[in-house]
Amino acid sequence: MTMLEIRDLGKRFGGLDAVKDVSLDVEAGQITAVIGPNGAGKSTLFNLVHGFYRPTAGTISFKGEDITHSSPHRTVAGGIARTFQTTNLFDDSTLLENVLAGRIVRSKSNVFDAVFHTPRHRRESSINEDKAMEALEFCGVAEYRHDLASNVPQEVQKRTAVAMALATEPELLLLDEPAGGIPEEETVDFGNLIRSLPQRGVSVLLVEHKMTMIMGLADTILVLDHGQKLALGAPAEIQSNPDVIRAYLGSTAQEEN
Amino acid sequence: MNPMKNPRIIGTIAVIILLGLTPLAFAQENYAMRVITVGMCAAIAVYGLNIILGFTGQLNLAQGGFFGIGAYGVGLLTTDYDWSFWAAFVVSVIGTAVIGYLCGLIALRTKDEYFAIFTMAIGFIIFLVISRWEPVTHAHSGVNNVKFPEGGGLIDFESPVAMFYLVFAILLICVYTTYAIRRSSVGRTLLTIRTSEDLADAIGVRVGFSKQLAFAASAVFGGVGGGLYATVVGFIGPDAASIDKTFEFLMFILVGGMGTVAGPLLGSMIVTFLFELFQDFQAYRFIVLGPIIVALVIFAPRGIVGYLGGFVDRRNRRRRVEEARGADDDLDSTGASTSGGTGDHRARNVADGTESGAGRTGGTPSPEETK
Repeated sequence: MTMLEIRDLGKRFGGLDAVKDVSLDVEAGQITAVIGPNGAGKSTLFNLVHGFYRPTAGTISFKGEDITHSSPHRTVAGGIARTFQTTNLFDDSTLLENVLAGRIVRSKSNVFDAVFHTPRHRRESSINEDKAMEALEFCGVAEYRHDLASNVPQEVQKRTAVAMALATEPELLLLDEPAGGIPEEETVDFGNLIRSLPQRGVSVLLVEHKMTMIMGLADTILVLDHGQKLALGAPAEIQSNPDVIRAYLGSTAQEEN
Repeated sequence: MNPMKNPRIIGTIAVIILLGLTPLAFAQENYAMRVITVGMCAAIAVYGLNIILGFTGQLNLAQGGFFGIGAYGVGLLTTDYDWSFWAAFVVSVIGTAVIGYLCGLIALRTKDEYFAIFTMAIGFIIFLVISRWEPVTHAHSGVNNVKFPEGGGLIDFESPVAMFYLVFAILLICVYTTYAIRRSSVGRTLLTIRTSEDLADAIGVRVGFSKQLAFAASAVFGGVGGGLYATVVGFIGPDAASIDKTFEFLMFILVGGMGTVAGPLLGSMIVTFLFELFQDFQAYRFIVLGPIIVALVIFAPRGIVGYLGGFVDRRNRRRRVEEARGADDDLDSTGASTSGGTGDHRARNVADGTESGAGRTGGTPSPEETK
């Protein structure tokens, strides 16, 4: 089943095409990766899917429903969550409070429920606590739940960002460089976390620079260059594609060394 | 944790009880009673500011204006139109809510400093309308003989003590509402907006809508405070809506502590007291108060309550962190005794990335491992 269907998507900033004519199917239960050099339009693509930006061309549909012009609130409520490239947490709050913030979109109680402490409010509060704890445990950071987000190691922060996204109960998770800033030896652990997401009923679309990680994780890879599709296929096909090697693998390999 | 053992709640309740008992000491001194009651009216408006500034992080400089609308609504309706106080009060508060909501529709398309400038303009427009629209507001002659609330034969609100307890009761509702909001998902929504609008957006928070509601709620509290102020004082002039009022409220909340439950109340009372103390100096009192504010912003940016609350939070967190890690520490004896005390220091090293290897591979990082 196709979860997310992107057709001829385009975004122009002034005279610049940040994303142009991109089409992509994200299949349910799979991990789809987007790679490409810096400035290739990967993050723009995420922002378009998530509703931060409005596309200037093309359509996006999620589970058969058109979400091209949805606001982030509606996208998240519809079942798409995301994490950011730079770790983005509420620094002054504990990890548990952070993940609870992910529950807001599923909460229906309002100020009156809070003031009068209605049964709905009580029920919802306890459900939220349970789901938040479950997400923290799933991501392996439950023991840090009462630590401030600014006080825990980078990797714990990254995992918490995933937990916060999972707390919104998504069916599709957009991960923007989830392993960025994590030491090489821990990316294996982190890769395992990502790999376990589809079993939980969460399909994944991710942007990542760590090629070894991508090749072992992704079912399908989309390569972007200058905002346009360069290649699309299974990891093995991508690795042997001469265009890709020239545009991406070659140049970043030099940069990284 | 049992709320009755929470030092924050004990502290807040202690302040409220203390305030509730003041008539015992000052019942015979009408002037003192009036000063305290006026201070509580201001505190109600400050609780409104607390919602939009303290929780949502938007600097609303129109609060004095909304206070003025509430005051003039009650003042004009009970005198020129001879309404009863209660009818005038309800209509004024609803009016403030509507005006607040409409202003919010435009104001919340702006962000940060632009929001502050825009709301300051709203506040100024309200002040100008009140001070210049002679046929309706009587401009600088103000409104005299605002009615007392009708007691229905049971309570005589002409007595300062009765008036005190009326305002006190409404203030309590504001304190409780603040407390309830803060610990609910509504409060969490507002706090996410304060910390990062983009991240709030990303996790599906309706940022614009929530800010709109927070702004309208803040205006309502302003209107309630203003309406009560009019009946407590009996005479109102355009000063009730001036921009100075807004900055007075700001000072109250800065001293007390933004985003806290007890802060607005404590700040209002302390600064009102200081104002009285320096009253002989008139405008010069700001020479004394100015440096106090500067010192507060530097040393206790979260105000008195925020400063004290910091100790409580740290202690609670240390205990919870130990509890949460307890199971792991039993296995890892090196970390058990010291993980709490040096927690912050150690974790900061790790977060800087200098020692990030100790994160997951070694289970719980103990201080020894990372030093």
